[in-house]
Amino acid sequence: MLMGVLLAAHVVLLFVHPAGATSPTIDPNAVNIGIVFDVGGRGDKSFNDAAYLGAERAEKELGVHVRFIEPGDGSDREAGLRILAAEGMKLVVGIGFIFTDDLNQLAREYPNTDFAGVDYSVATDSAGNPIPPPPNLAALKFREEEGSFLVGALAAMVGHSKKLGFIGGMNSPLIQKFQAGYAAGVHYVCPDCQVIAQYAGVTPDAFRNPGVGKELALAQYQQGVNVIFHASGSTGLGVFEAARQTDRLAIGVDADQYSEAPGHVLTSMVKGVDAAVFDAIKRVKDGTFKGGIYTFGLAQNGVRYVYDEHNRNLIPDSVHARLEQIRADIIAGKIKVPSTLGAAP
Amino acid sequence: MTGPAAGFAVRLTGIEKSFGPVRANRGASLAVAPGEIHALVGENGAGKSTLMRVLSGMYAPDAGTMEVDGRDVTGWSTAHAIAAGVGMVHQHFMLVPPLTVAENIVLGREITSHGQLDRAGAERAVAELCARTGLVVAPGRRVADLSVGEAQRVEILKTLYRGAKLLILDEPTAVLSPPEVDELWRVLARMRAGGDTIVLITHKLDEVMEISDAVTVMRHGETVGRVATRETSPAALARMMVGREVALAGAAPLPPAPAHTATSADRPALEVRELTVADPRKARAVDAVSFTLAPGEILGVAGVEGNGQTELVEAIAGLRPARAGAVLLDGRDVTRLTVHERGAAGLSHIPEDRQRRGLVLDYSIADNLVLGQQRLYTRRGALDGARIADNARRRIEQFDIRPGDPAAPARTLSGGNQQKIVVAREMGRDFSVLLAAQPTRGVDVGAIEFIHAQLRAARGAGKAILLVSADLTEILALSDRIAVMYGGRFAAVLPRAMATEEVLGAYMTGAAGQAA
Amino acid sequence: MNGRLRAQLEETILPPIVALLIAALVGDLLILVYGQSPAAVYRLLIQGTWGNAYGLGQVLYKTTTLTFTGLAVAIGLQAGLFNIGAESQLAAGGFAAGVVGAMLPAGIPSVVLLPLFIAAAAIGGGLVGGAAGALKAKWGAHEVITTIMLNFVVLALLNYLTVAHFKVFDTLHTADIRSGALPRLSAVVPAFHGSAANVVLVLALAAVAAAWWYLYRSRAGYELRAAGLQPGAAEYGGVKVSRVWWQAMLLSGAVAGIGGLNFVLGYKHYYEDSFASGMGFLGIAVALVGRNNPLGVFLAALLFATLSQGGLAVNAVVPKQMVEVLQAVVIIAVATSVPEVRRLLRGARRSAAT
Repeated sequence: MLMGVLLAAHVVLLFVHPAGATSPTIDPNAVNIGIVFDVGGRGDKSFNDAAYLGAERAEKELGVHVRFIEPGDGSDREAGLRILAAEGMKLVVGIGFIFTDDLNQLAREYPNTDFAGVDYSVATDSAGNPIPPPPNLAALKFREEEGSFLVGALAAMVGHSKKLGFIGGMNSPLIQKFQAGYAAGVHYVCPDCQVIAQYAGVTPDAFRNPGVGKELALAQYQQGVNVIFHASGSTGLGVFEAARQTDRLAIGVDADQYSEAPGHVLTSMVKGVDAAVFDAIKRVKDGTFKGGIYTFGLAQNGVRYVYDEHNRNLIPDSVHARLEQIRADIIAGKIKVPSTLGAAP
Repeated sequence: MTGPAAGFAVRLTGIEKSFGPVRANRGASLAVAPGEIHALVGENGAGKSTLMRVLSGMYAPDAGTMEVDGRDVTGWSTAHAIAAGVGMVHQHFMLVPPLTVAENIVLGREITSHGQLDRAGAERAVAELCARTGLVVAPGRRVADLSVGEAQRVEILKTLYRGAKLLILDEPTAVLSPPEVDELWRVLARMRAGGDTIVLITHKLDEVMEISDAVTVMRHGETVGRVATRETSPAALARMMVGREVALAGAAPLPPAPAHTATSADRPALEVRELTVADPRKARAVDAVSFTLAPGEILGVAGVEGNGQTELVEAIAGLRPARAGAVLLDGRDVTRLTVHERGAAGLSHIPEDRQRRGLVLDYSIADNLVLGQQRLYTRRGALDGARIADNARRRIEQFDIRPGDPAAPARTLSGGNQQKIVVAREMGRDFSVLLAAQPTRGVDVGAIEFIHAQLRAARGAGKAILLVSADLTEILALSDRIAVMYGGRFAAVLPRAMATEEVLGAYMTGAAGQAA
Repeated sequence: MNGRLRAQLEETILPPIVALLIAALVGDLLILVYGQSPAAVYRLLIQGTWGNAYGLGQVLYKTTTLTFTGLAVAIGLQAGLFNIGAESQLAAGGFAAGVVGAMLPAGIPSVVLLPLFIAAAAIGGGLVGGAAGALKAKWGAHEVITTIMLNFVVLALLNYLTVAHFKVFDTLHTADIRSGALPRLSAVVPAFHGSAANVVLVLALAAVAAAWWYLYRSRAGYELRAAGLQPGAAEYGGVKVSRVWWQAMLLSGAVAGIGGLNFVLGYKHYYEDSFASGMGFLGIAVALVGRNNPLGVFLAALLFATLSQGGLAVNAVVPKQMVEVLQAVVIIAVATSVPEVRRLLRGARRSAAT
């Protein structure tokens, strides 16, 4: 009885066809693009969401058709890429360094499909030379150290203190890159300044711990630090909280984080994942896509610092002018920015 | 059907109630006159409790009509039943132990002043109710500190406090000592005199004869008859309950104990020395108890429940650690052995609670018939299905377990047949000492007769039996010697010839001296 | 068919079917709310799973992991224990196998190494499960609490160990296993090409058979189930209930741990941090829907694997959360209808009262 009712209701609903229901998979009249996010990545307000923004912009401006897949567990990453490649997407993008192995394999299996990996980690051979990715795979890399250098210089110029703060998430080469650039920027404008650098932990959880972020930040402000640059995911929310509480300044990361603590965000070191993804899609659409290592630095506007109506009052014109000069010098190669701590002075 | 034609306090007709495939009531009926004590009797599983739960609104009947005071109340709710003055006192108490007597009684109908419980007011109201009914309990005492008899009084008071005019009592004497039973009868008689109506569920026929005005007998979910108590006899009632002639306990005299051989006289089958057992509430639930049990002897342990019998039996069986003292089986110290090792050493055990201990209710009859002996039915780690099935076939036939399907889950059997599984298993194995705890509790008359015969036969075969029972009739009918347990000790150990209900009753309440 | 058998069969089969129908209905409504056609979405879901060899392979791959975690939870439940820790036991098993594998030189044949890998994974998961079991047996710590807490502890520890000591530079995984890795099913059936399904599936089927024999045919299983149904009766029957408890948790953890081989030995050939996130928790649902019966567990694992893989296939039209809601509805509907669950809840209340 109950079963009959349930079954009947189900069958009825099954054949309701709402207006506007899309036919899913691929659009034969458009260039089809597939994007696979990291596990649990959508909604991170930074990295994955930035990729989504770039793809959305491409849909609007270039008329391409983009399909997204959010994986559930580890094996879903490869499965997602594979499903998209098998459906005949022109370009398949994986968001995050963890896709590196899967992308390598898929790119070899589907030589006629283009692939791109954001933060793809380039392997090195025994001699230390980078091994280039397959010819149909674009590695989208960012020079986080260059952007960090600029915000470091800015922090030193407006900080009114010889002590500058840095708070990282998980202590790892990737985040050390931020620290190295930041410290180099500080020392460039203020050779006798001191950078207090701390990390929230050694596991990925260190990117998700606002409590620890706040504690570290409060301690640093206590020691006389006036500006802290964080590269620590949502741990940074605690840094902003501390900045608000003690009326000091903090520097955001990845995206423009002004809204997290208006008035207390000096600037943000923005990583242009959206621009990189858009760029890759555009090249596919234009037929100019090529595999290889693409590096997005200051020159390509792949990393930048925020300077707009919200924080203009925090940055004197003279400081801004000097910053722009440094930026130009980096692009011109006059300033060498270190990407590892060992290379820093 | 006899009885007055009109003006029933309760009239149930054609009540049907099924639980899945089990038809608990099949067209059962009941007619109770106002102001009478009406006994509802029947074997376990005859549908008595179900019928009363229908009456008190806990279950809605599948079919049939219900009238109370001439009003159709078919399928009413408990709230309606309480409002109409119908209250049920359950077999298992539903009290909150940390609260006082008065707090328990007013629970759900608290007297409040400004949103706060008016404790003094509640105690006054309860004291007044006690005085009126003759059910005396101190309103300020904590329920946790009460004896079982007192707790039951609280249950009755709780029901009366809610204005019950028709009181249903489900096996109220199961947990009481003889003086407490007498006290209960006085209270019920007084309530009857005050115009209240009482329905008494029981399977003890002497109680029916002693207190009731009329009797309704149920069998297999049906009502088989309603008779006036003065016009019937225990034998007639037993016949109606079972559907055939039954030998009632105590009717057959115990044959003389078999002559003891020299060796068995030297060495008791079971010896307990200064055994002390703790339970979570009491440090000395069993307090330095010593006794010996000879082959071919039944030692009955009488006593009000909760005086350490359970702990004593479980400690001997190995289910509870002994704090001090020793247990010897055939002269061998088994105090430190496991349950399984004691079983292998010749100890058999019919536990008092078959539903919780004696059976795995969701296991089949066949699987239950090897519980505790599973190692004997194992070959290289695997259960030997063929031998288990063979064992089941034999035991089912030998002990007339119904239904006879070895694959039927024990849960689906009646209480009597469940107990037969336990008895068949424990008496079918190789043993020298049997611990029989409440072996016939909740078992119908026919099965009682059968189990008693089995116990007598085992005694005749030279087995030693420790019989623990709350049923004095049973103790008196089977035992060679009788110990009375009170407060964790043996208050007395008497030869059968010296034991009468009066003497035992005195020891059971601690009234008689501490001499043993 | 006699009445009891038939009633039993209905009791066993009906709740999951009703649950599925309810879930399907909720799914219909969700899809409609999303402005899509239920028929189209379900078609897409079926096409992406059972509709092609690759999809089927992925389903089988996920079924393999879920069978192990489902069996692990089922074994616990049969013993009356609610093992919420399959998630970390699975990870610990995979980690142990991954670390052992990374240390082996190349060239040792699989046949020799398979027992070693199984043992490593079983020990890894068994340690975690056994720890919860020992806490329960020794101090009466409730296994639900301890297994939940151990999830946090163990996952964080594995994470730390991987990141700090075992990972390959710039990745979150250990070094490749150079010998003993198991082949994919595509080596036998080329149509499965690309799918992660591998020979560990055979291990899962063997585990189903072994678990069935153990639970229903062995003396240990007889005692384990008795301890789960009625600890008092088991104790009376000469069973050391506390010992059964920790042994059951040990076994449960070991079975979940062996599930880690599916990813580590059969698919990627290395341990990767949080390689199967969620698969342990999903194992609870698999055990409940499978009615704690090994065969039922396998069927339920197929179902949840299909939903999980199907979630990817329909991801283009409806968000992933829709499939997760569907899974949750299946779980709730089955959980409220399954007698074992009701009994477990009753039991939990009873033991909380004493």
